[in-house]
Amino acid sequence: MRVLHRKLWRELRQLRGQVIAIALVMVGGIGTMVMAQTNYAALAATRALYYGEYRFAEVFARVKRAPLTVLDAARAIPGVREAEPRVNGFVTLEVEGYDEPITGQVVSLPRPGDPGLNRLFLRSGRLPRADGEVVLGEVFAEAHGLRPGDSLVAVLNGRRQRLTICGIGLSPEFIYQIRPGDAFPDFERYGVLWMAHEPLSTAFDMDGAFNDLALTLTRDAREEDVIDGLDRLLAPYGATGAHGRELQLSHRFLDTELDQLEVMTTLFTAIFLGVSAFLLNVVVGRLVGAQREQIAVLKAYGYGRLELSLHYGQLALLMVGAGVLPGLALGAWLGRGLADIYMDFFRFPYLEWSLQPPVIALACGFALAAAGIGTAGALARVFRLAPAEAMRPESPPVFRPSLAERAGLAALLDPAARMILRNLGRRPLRSALSVLGIGLAVGILVMSRFQRAAIEEMIDVQFGFAQRDDFAVTFAEPASPRAAFELRSLPGVRAVEPFRSAAVRLRHGHREYRTALSGLPEGGDLKRVLDDGLRPAPLPADGLLLTDYLADLLGVRAGDAIDVEFLEGHRRTLAVPVAGTVHEFLGVGAYARRETVNRLLGEGGAVSGAWLAVERGTRPGVVSALRARPRVAAVTDRSAMVQGFRDTMAETILTFTLVTTLLAGSIAVGVVYNASRITLEERGRELASLRVLGYTRREVRALLLGELFTLAFLALVPGFLLGTGMIWLLVQGFSSELYRVPLVTSPPAFAIAALTVLAATALSGWLVRRRLDRLDLVAALKLKE
Amino acid sequence: MSTAPAPAREAPVFRAAGLTKVYRMGEVEVQALRGVDLELFAGEFVVLLGPSGSGKSTLLNILGGLDAPTAGTVECRGHPLTGAGDEALTRFRREHVGFVFQFYNLIPSLTARENVALVTEIARQPMAPEDALELVGLRDRMDHFPAQLSGGEQQRVAIARAIAKRPDVLLCDEPTGALDSPTGILVLQALERINRETGALTVVITHNEVIARMADRVIRLKDGRIAGVLRNAARADPRELSW
Repeated sequence: MRVLHRKLWRELRQLRGQVIAIALVMVGGIGTMVMAQTNYAALAATRALYYGEYRFAEVFARVKRAPLTVLDAARAIPGVREAEPRVNGFVTLEVEGYDEPITGQVVSLPRPGDPGLNRLFLRSGRLPRADGEVVLGEVFAEAHGLRPGDSLVAVLNGRRQRLTICGIGLSPEFIYQIRPGDAFPDFERYGVLWMAHEPLSTAFDMDGAFNDLALTLTRDAREEDVIDGLDRLLAPYGATGAHGRELQLSHRFLDTELDQLEVMTTLFTAIFLGVSAFLLNVVVGRLVGAQREQIAVLKAYGYGRLELSLHYGQLALLMVGAGVLPGLALGAWLGRGLADIYMDFFRFPYLEWSLQPPVIALACGFALAAAGIGTAGALARVFRLAPAEAMRPESPPVFRPSLAERAGLAALLDPAARMILRNLGRRPLRSALSVLGIGLAVGILVMSRFQRAAIEEMIDVQFGFAQRDDFAVTFAEPASPRAAFELRSLPGVRAVEPFRSAAVRLRHGHREYRTALSGLPEGGDLKRVLDDGLRPAPLPADGLLLTDYLADLLGVRAGDAIDVEFLEGHRRTLAVPVAGTVHEFLGVGAYARRETVNRLLGEGGAVSGAWLAVERGTRPGVVSALRARPRVAAVTDRSAMVQGFRDTMAETILTFTLVTTLLAGSIAVGVVYNASRITLEERGRELASLRVLGYTRREVRALLLGELFTLAFLALVPGFLLGTGMIWLLVQGFSSELYRVPLVTSPPAFAIAALTVLAATALSGWLVRRRLDRLDLVAALKLKE
Repeated sequence: MSTAPAPAREAPVFRAAGLTKVYRMGEVEVQALRGVDLELFAGEFVVLLGPSGSGKSTLLNILGGLDAPTAGTVECRGHPLTGAGDEALTRFRREHVGFVFQFYNLIPSLTARENVALVTEIARQPMAPEDALELVGLRDRMDHFPAQLSGGEQQRVAIARAIAKRPDVLLCDEPTGALDSPTGILVLQALERINRETGALTVVITHNEVIARMADRVIRLKDGRIAGVLRNAARADPRELSW
């Protein structure tokens, strides 16, 4: 081994505490990056593979009822490759021993000779052979512990029918199983089942007809043209407008999730890269400073400047290199674990998870980038150092009174405080970067509690302020208001507020958006729209209110007129004024008074359903009474849904909080420990002198800890701001039509972040304490500065 | 040539008996002291003379409570230093000993006055830092940082720092070692004046024979043993010295 290499290894061993600190941050950075990358890649690859193998359709269309004869015309539309007619409807389900309302979505299986799109993956059991057999969606089956051979009851088009489960399955169409219109998945109260085409057609009075069309396109097809053609073809049959995958519910949620994952990855990777580079900068910079004379002697002996720069470069590479393998391992482990959590929500038949070479290359690239950014300056100094100059010791540090003293606070400071402040002030950039590093840790900690707080806020506002009903009842067909008010007579029902809801396509200029237009009762209490300040907003006498996000999407402002194409009823397009915008966290929509919607539809007082408020303790009775009414298509139990969601999310949020806290902790310990080691190295002699002068260990410790805690305290407020900034970035990144996350920060989040970082500071202080206590008093006096 | 000094009948400040010190330097054992017996008295100006490796710094460190002997005993005013714990030795240094080092060991981030205040703040009956600096002739440089002072000035700040606590003992390890001759004499003048005015036992380590002339007693060390003790009839004025 060359002598220079031996020097390298010995110095690495001497610096092992700092090497470990840097490696820790590297492991955190590479770990997070690899976790997110592999998870992203796994989800994307699995989805692509699944879609391909199980033939996920590309265009979807719903109609009220169209004869199968229309199918040939649909297949003749240029660009259409295959078209599969289906029967697809909502039913009420009853599972033995479960008293709450369950919505089922029943989808027909392909007939013989159909192309077989959105094919089922059977986890267990087999496809239906007899009329009363169904394949049950996996998440729902798991939630209720149902297995092939068990049975459940469905109210199919008003008729109660016992169904036998013959298999448990998955479909690319329902990777994310969420009831249309809901914000959160509810595996207990919403399930998907598949039945053979014939019996389902009979049950829904769809013999010789279909109400759902799934299509694939030819390679050269333009999706918009196909959608236009389909809309024209299907309009007479009560079409609600065809759409591509981007509006398919499950696909859309998964897309949103992948986007968010990308935002998080970028954010975390950038933070860790910055912190690692900074730590390397301090350690290698300090080492080069301390070894000036050695460098000079080596140059005098004839070592080249490139050779010596490379020597220190290797040191940096070894330090970051130490983090690559553990980082990859941690990232792979976390990525695998995260993918498993994702599999709870997104159901795939398998997971294509692997550690791909590009990800490994990315991890190495990360380490190289950190080393490059962090040590370029120090290596350049090694390169430039003139031997004669380097033989002379570095010029003594220049101190001056600190800012606080110049501001006239000198009298308040004891010498220890002055030493601390002047030391920090002597290297303002390094102090500032230390503060920034610790601040980032504070920020991540503040951010780590954001998810839970934001979800609580969304639930509070949405379900405490906007939607305050206990049950939402949807009728199978628009009905008279009397049908709604009849529900008032059910025992336990406290209030009934009927609503009218219609599928519409909103158009402004060239932008359009499909949504529901909700007609709300005037002065209603169970469903209210909120203004910017989250106060209930009055419904305008005329015109629509749009969700602010939707208004931005369409580029409309209050006072503009917007084209509203009704996708049901008269199916005409009307110009309607926009009266204003409303704020909501979940979904987007258009709102108006119920009379306004009735008037626009040219109908009397038809209602689509009603919101119910019930007395405490009467839920089960109300549920079974509602179930008995044939007109009722679906019942949504609001509070149960919210609770279910909270339970499901609890584990995910806990994992997220735990992982981010560990990462932030590694940053905080890395930065603070490093600062303490550097201080100890630079000022060991000074601290030893103090001990000689009669200062006790405790007093000298206080001096060092004072410096560390000063850095930590200085980092708190910037950290809070950084955390709020990160939350802002996440809020921007997470905004979609599905939901907008509110920017929530809370005093407890700040307090916990501050306490965690101060604890990490204390830990770092404790780690250097032994070194501090063992300062060699005699040797310190013999050394020349 | 000498008469026994009056202090001989007083109780000594330091009494050392059979001091031995063995260091382990890696694989090698270094015998720094080989049985030193010594008594040092209040008000004395003692010069410890000897070549490098003679054990004089080791002796000084043991007297100052920075190091412990391998064998033998030291006591200061009847209190044993040998066997005392870190806490007791720290208290001893804090209350009784003033140190002056060859390389000054000033805190670079503190001004001259603050470096002295560092000690006066933890001492029992200190003088004002300004007065201590006055004694070494640095009253007008009090608010300068070490980097703004010359070597001699820095050493005088170190002396002011050592005496500001009114120590019983002033221990100086090569105080002029890093200084040129005129500057060194200024420093010695300061030491002499302090010894005269405060009555602190002053022990100066040097390998510079010239300095021995200003001492009451000169103790020569060689190979870890006392090779000879010389009593000067009269202390020379440092201004008369040159090297």
